[in-house]
Amino acid sequence: MSPNELSSYLIIGAILFALGLFTVLTRRNAISVLMGVELILNSANINYVAFSHFGSGNTDGQVYAIFVIMLAAAEAAVGLAIVLAIFQLFHTIDVEAAQTLKE
Amino acid sequence: MNVATAVFYLIAFITVVSAAMVAFSRNIIYSAFSLLGTFMGVAGLYVFLGADFVAAAQVLIYVGGILVLILFAVMLTHRITDVAVTNRAAGTVPALIVVGVLVFFLIQAIQETAWVKAKEIVYAPTTAKIGDLFLEQYLLPFELASLILLAAMIGAVALSRKEIKE
Repeated sequence: MSPNELSSYLIIGAILFALGLFTVLTRRNAISVLMGVELILNSANINYVAFSHFGSGNTDGQVYAIFVIMLAAAEAAVGLAIVLAIFQLFHTIDVEAAQTLKE
Repeated sequence: MNVATAVFYLIAFITVVSAAMVAFSRNIIYSAFSLLGTFMGVAGLYVFLGADFVAAAQVLIYVGGILVLILFAVMLTHRITDVAVTNRAAGTVPALIVVGVLVFFLIQAIQETAWVKAKEIVYAPTTAKIGDLFLEQYLLPFELASLILLAAMIGAVALSRKEIKE
């Protein structure tokens, strides 16, 4: 592990991905599931930027990282609006409670 | 061990520990605030990788935008005056086993693969290069991105408005 090695960044990305996947798999709270998705997107971004820095040497990977950040913002806005709509309808945000499309 | 290496270890530690807090904390408020440490740590890693623009975008969009949105959603859906703002989890042990096996094989694959190396590692300002790429090579995705943001904005407004029942 050192700041000048590709593998140290990839390992941090792998750990973040695993923790995000764990959050998505186990949480029953819809907002926590969205937090796990954000962790997974961040781990993917670390890999993009690390490969762009150590592997290719050009900035294409950073452009992809910015697209991912942009999509994460859109996903958070729509996802949290859906969560609030579910909360208004069912008065809970437990993902197992929202099983029907209507009341 | 020089200063840069020590700072790198500190940032990596903060990133991983905050992510673990997000995954394992029993209180959703703690989870939401731990996300701040993860996002800032990832921005620090981008600085180490010579990606100045991405680091700034990470701080602006993730910390300034997404985290505030998440905190708003947490506080709109919980009574935060309650002491136990629970963050229930289910099926922890099987998930731990699956994730543990996954991370083991991922780290093994990372260490055994002979990654392609760049001829030289450069540290240069990237903003102008990213702007050129957006307006030349990635023009179509860039325009599509604006369309997606518009659609997300309209969708969020349409979803979160109160429906008046007759």
